[in-house]
Amino acid sequence: MKTGIKKLLIANRGEICCRIIKTAKKMGIATVAVYSDADKNALHVKMADEAVNIGAAPSRESYLLGDKIIAVAKALRVDAIHPGYGFLSENAAFCRKCKENGIIFVGPPVKAIEAMGSKSAAKQIMQEAGVPLVPGYHGENQSPDFLKQQADEMGYPVLLKAAAGGGGKGMRQVHSEEEFFDALDAAKREAMSGFNDDIMLVEKYLTQPRHVEIQVFCDQHKNGVYLFERDCSVQRRHQKVIEEAPAPGITAELRQQMGEAGLKAAKAIDYEGAGTVEFLLEPNGEFFFMEMNTRLQVEHPVTEMITQEDLVEWQLRVASGEVIPKTQQQLTLKGHAFEARVYAEDPDNEFLPSTGKLRLLKPPLESENVRVDTGVLQGDEVSVFYDPMIAKLIVWDENREKALARMSKALAEYHVEGVRTNIDFLYNLATHPAFQNANLTTNFIEEHQDHLFVSRQHDLEPMLPVVSTYLMLKRHSKLQNKGVELQSPWQAGNNWRMNEVHEEILSFVIQNVEASVTVSIVGKLENNELQLLVQTSENEYSCQGQLVENSLLVNINGHRSKMTVVEHEQEYSLFTPEHAIKCRLLTPDLGIDDSDEHHAGFVAPMNGTVVGLMVELNQSVKKGQTLMIMEAMKMEHALKAPKDGVVTEFYYQSGDLVDGGAALLNFEANAAED
Amino acid sequence: MPQIASKLNSKSQEFSDNADHMRLQVNDLKKVVEQIKDGGGEKSNQRHLARGKLLPRERINHLLDEGSPFLELSQLAAWNVYEDYVPAAGVIAGIGRVSGIECMIVANDATVKGGSYYPLTVKKHLRAQTIAQQNHLPCIYLVDSGGANLPRQDDVFPDKEHFGRIFFNQANMSAQNIPQIAVVMGSCTAGGAYVPAMADESIIVKEQGTIFLGGPPLVKAATGEVVSAEELGGGDVHCRTSGVVDHLANNDHHALKIARDAVARLNRIKPTYIDIKETVEPAYPAEEIYGIIPKDARKQFDVREVIARIVDGSEFDEFKALFGTTLVCGFARIFGIPVGIVANNGILFSESAQKGAHFIELCSQRKIPLIFLQNITGFMVGKQYESGGIAKHGAKMVTAVACAQVPKFTILIGGSFGAGNYGMCGRAYDPRFMFMWPNARISVMGGEQAAGVLAQVKRDQKERQGESWSEQQEADFKQPIIDTYEHQGHPYYASARLWDDGVIDPADTRFVLGLCLSTSLNKPIEETRFGVFRM
Repeated sequence: MKTGIKKLLIANRGEICCRIIKTAKKMGIATVAVYSDADKNALHVKMADEAVNIGAAPSRESYLLGDKIIAVAKALRVDAIHPGYGFLSENAAFCRKCKENGIIFVGPPVKAIEAMGSKSAAKQIMQEAGVPLVPGYHGENQSPDFLKQQADEMGYPVLLKAAAGGGGKGMRQVHSEEEFFDALDAAKREAMSGFNDDIMLVEKYLTQPRHVEIQVFCDQHKNGVYLFERDCSVQRRHQKVIEEAPAPGITAELRQQMGEAGLKAAKAIDYEGAGTVEFLLEPNGEFFFMEMNTRLQVEHPVTEMITQEDLVEWQLRVASGEVIPKTQQQLTLKGHAFEARVYAEDPDNEFLPSTGKLRLLKPPLESENVRVDTGVLQGDEVSVFYDPMIAKLIVWDENREKALARMSKALAEYHVEGVRTNIDFLYNLATHPAFQNANLTTNFIEEHQDHLFVSRQHDLEPMLPVVSTYLMLKRHSKLQNKGVELQSPWQAGNNWRMNEVHEEILSFVIQNVEASVTVSIVGKLENNELQLLVQTSENEYSCQGQLVENSLLVNINGHRSKMTVVEHEQEYSLFTPEHAIKCRLLTPDLGIDDSDEHHAGFVAPMNGTVVGLMVELNQSVKKGQTLMIMEAMKMEHALKAPKDGVVTEFYYQSGDLVDGGAALLNFEANAAED
Repeated sequence: MPQIASKLNSKSQEFSDNADHMRLQVNDLKKVVEQIKDGGGEKSNQRHLARGKLLPRERINHLLDEGSPFLELSQLAAWNVYEDYVPAAGVIAGIGRVSGIECMIVANDATVKGGSYYPLTVKKHLRAQTIAQQNHLPCIYLVDSGGANLPRQDDVFPDKEHFGRIFFNQANMSAQNIPQIAVVMGSCTAGGAYVPAMADESIIVKEQGTIFLGGPPLVKAATGEVVSAEELGGGDVHCRTSGVVDHLANNDHHALKIARDAVARLNRIKPTYIDIKETVEPAYPAEEIYGIIPKDARKQFDVREVIARIVDGSEFDEFKALFGTTLVCGFARIFGIPVGIVANNGILFSESAQKGAHFIELCSQRKIPLIFLQNITGFMVGKQYESGGIAKHGAKMVTAVACAQVPKFTILIGGSFGAGNYGMCGRAYDPRFMFMWPNARISVMGGEQAAGVLAQVKRDQKERQGESWSEQQEADFKQPIIDTYEHQGHPYYASARLWDDGVIDPADTRFVLGLCLSTSLNKPIEETRFGVFRM
């Protein structure tokens, strides 16, 4: 393939850097990676032909050092720099410096970046270009009657926003004419106290908006095409979670309207390269411009899957001056694709990033239908320095239903140990009936949180027999024969008791709730299949189960099902057709060892966080008084004084992360009085 | 190996009558066991739990490997023996796997009369130790007992097979590297204090276990010193100061965990010396045994039908099948372990006894464990047989059984009467384990026969004195004898007195034998030297 770019530097890391290198290699372009100290063994470094260390782990000391990167590029005589997404990708100054140094910036011209950099300026440009905007009044006239008149014209509900605002302050939803003045007063008061400025904007409030974006592509020869749309409605706090293409329920006519609007927006700023125009889409088919992203988006693979085009290749061709490889007429849309972002984070704990070593990383098998874009390898560390994304899981099939089924299957096969992940959460999302029915809005996660978050589910009863069966099977599979016999009856694992059926109390944690059931082993069949009787406080279940590799085959009261199971440090995720269920066995309370009076019992039971120091240093405390509270596995652990005495030192402070087994404090007991 | 072709018709009326009859007996057994399992009863259990202790059976459950079977022994000990209700004789004993090793577990049940030692408690404890010694099983004592039952001290303390023997056994087992581990989970007073003190390794639960030769009341009476139990013999004292105990546990769970860890580092492995094959389930279901055993104990049945439901693949290689046919001998496997089976199939004649002796010699030579399925009314009597030397032929078999050093296992599946009991490895012949089915009966002779013999003696006496004795009078004379024999020959009566190791569900026979056989492999089989056979 002929292109003016012979050597490419990728000013990024992780999966996007790897992804760009793949295409570059395919096109015969030499690649240069840059990396920080934290990434010296990272996959992107290994994949590139050359790699240069550009600084310390924090991004501002490495990946954001534009001048340094340009210096590297010049020293290594690269032709072009691909900025990926994030970091320097929408940095107009960097783009300009590239040009000044004679290096091709794989992206739009400086002016386009600048034009879209300011949201209000961007809206101004779009309004002038005739791209539909959310109706609103952004003007100087602050007379309450005038504002109300504007609201009346737009139609309720409307949103009042402080012009100087942010963070929800000075913001009010107004659902009817009658509420308007009260809401305005309240919003103004808040704005005044918050920003010392009570100028208000009035905008139409969209109740069930979807986030639909158009992929556009323009070249240096005034050609432009749109590569259809993506639906990125499912978001949590403006972070996209699952994206798909095409957007479900969009007619060909609307697709064309939106595509053309997107292209119009791009042309309005003389765009070049790959860009995304984001719209809010209302159920009635009205759509409004939100913003334009002047880079390759994270979710570009779904577009690649349905168009069977390589967008990075397009970028590189366009950047080297070629015309767009295809015309609008030549572009076709085929099948349906989803992308799920697999993150090292804890959905049950406000999606806090989870750091640690990826002890096990076993993605689903890649195929024509399943694509995994990742930048990490097993054994890599998910550090605090960068986005904790492990991979993007992309699936394609001929229609949405099939593609979604593929997605849940692939998620259930995704095996990660060492950090918490959002895989269960994604699975719950992918299997949710509302998602399956494509009832998408940007409020999706909030509306369905009871189903999506394991910790918020209530009815655990139907899962108890399944989990019990699994835990018994798991235990059974661990039985090992010691000695000479091939199959000692002692190895039967059947809990056999003389003249009685042994009823065992099995205690476990399911979805963060403690549960206890009575289990008796009724029989053991071939292939280690167990027959059990499980009694909960409500019901009795006749269960039969078998483990086949990573799957559980289970029959509960005659209902047979199969599910994948993933193990994560003694904790198991069972992917039932409806849910991902988390469970782990409860181990008996072994009490607290207070025989060593100093550190006795003051050892972190597991990895966790110090929540609070409850006493002062050297303050006299009574036996049983709480000294420190730790939180681990969503449970609080109080460390109590074993005797009267004083704490002479806390080794950790509130908020510190603590490794399991670490001594937490030093305690001196009072000398015995006798 | 040839497979036994069962001729049993499970659709016949006879089968279902037999099965119903057996089921009734098995259900009764299970009901009794269910009651025994409750220990000292609801109130006593609640009191125990309120102290933060686990109930003894729960302690065992947590001590055992997950899923491990527990071969409980002498479940019915002391059942209906004393005026006091002493279920399981206040101590639970049995074999289970701990950290992958078969161990003998002896757990006092403090909910039963404070776990004090009745005469049968002592007997049960000693029997458990004997089994441990004969099979090289590490012993774990979960101690929670007030010690000897003072009102019955004369039957508990002084004799050879009394309390003192427990410590004698501990010392001697320790000497043979049969580990002795004590976990003190409650009181451990007076003589009981020697259980942890004599142990190889000991564990105590803090603020719960106590060990002292004399408790606070005795100390006060003797010296006037006032001291609390914890100060006198609590975990802290013994782990920190006296050195009587090695490990201090936070609670029951912790103590049991320490015990499991202790077993895990015993450095023991089951010896290999026997030709073991894959396990094959029998070709016929075990439950069918219910239908084999005739409701009328006097009726005959083919013992091969039972064997077919016990051994691997129902395969049985019969020895001398055509000779001495009232004794069935042959080779088979149970859970892959080779066994020689000696089973009654009628009364013992000279030929059967000779065949038995031969077969036992054979198995001893080859070091194949022996299983005896007893259903024997005795040796044949009568002039012809006595003159044919049935006594010396019977003696051959008894000699062979007595001297055989291979592991022997006896199951009473029917009657066990007279010298037949000896030849078929009764209790006196040291089987490693001995169990009874609920239909079995054991006595010097059958009740009918005993009553008949006694009636004959009485009639002779009357006739000598010229008195007459009506049929009715004879019947009235015989009935109480028959009743007594029936009562004393009942498995519960036998088991309560430790004449066996327990009454089992016939359907469990294969599994129980499998556990016993596997257990016995812990001790290498010794060479046998037979005594003089009277030819």
